[in-house]
Amino acid sequence: MADEIRVAIASDKDVVQARQTGRELAARAGFSSGDQTVIAAAISEIARNVLMYARQGEILISVVMNGDHSGVMIVARDQGPGIPDIDRALRDGYSTSGGLGLGLPGAKRLMDDFEIVSAVQQGTTVTMRKWKRFHG
Amino acid sequence: MEVPILKQGLYLIASIQSALTDADLLQLREALIERVGRFRSRGVIVDVTALDVMDSFAVRTLRDIAHMARLRGAETVIVGIQPDVAFAMVQLGLSLKGVATALDLEEGLAFLDRGGEPKRVRG
Repeated sequence: MADEIRVAIASDKDVVQARQTGRELAARAGFSSGDQTVIAAAISEIARNVLMYARQGEILISVVMNGDHSGVMIVARDQGPGIPDIDRALRDGYSTSGGLGLGLPGAKRLMDDFEIVSAVQQGTTVTMRKWKRFHG
Repeated sequence: MEVPILKQGLYLIASIQSALTDADLLQLREALIERVGRFRSRGVIVDVTALDVMDSFAVRTLRDIAHMARLRGAETVIVGIQPDVAFAMVQLGLSLKGVATALDLEEGLAFLDRGGEPKRVRG
């Protein structure tokens, strides 16, 4: 739990770096390759959101435990303009950047837990987790 | 990283070799659209076998490539989407509607040879 990896986001190369780091950590935590891909895709979406709206920020990736259930936690933090209407930002197809509007709602669908805390003119923190499936 | 583009007869084949940044994807789009004109190409294949993740930006750029190439008179087919990538794309809500896809390079070439018609199944 102690190892938390931080990836600073300031260019499109960092978006690639963040999702690769997330995939490696998920692999080490024992996630299936399908789940590794899902986690990498979710990181890519939120990292790009940081870049597009706040221009810079950071992604923190760590392994977390809940009882004997393990998972990965990803936190994306920026000091950008904030999201005035979070419900709207989580609706498919809503975008103020000319994107597809699938970034946040898409990432939410990919992960198990998803929270956004945002204050206008102060920044946004997205926290998301994915738990390892038990194989029965 | 620049994506190598091969000219093979009437077709262009872009084989993505490694993870691409947004700038790389846009560069690929510009290069393909320019080459369709320069070589009077009738078909474009983008091989994404090496991509281990496709997010909304990648999918949008591939869709743009296909639509722009069509406006320039060339059919595009995306080949090699990996099973895990397809799974994550569907979960993300991303589709390549209106864009031809094929399992691999061989199927993609066969598709273009048929003039962009889907395979006919006898029945």
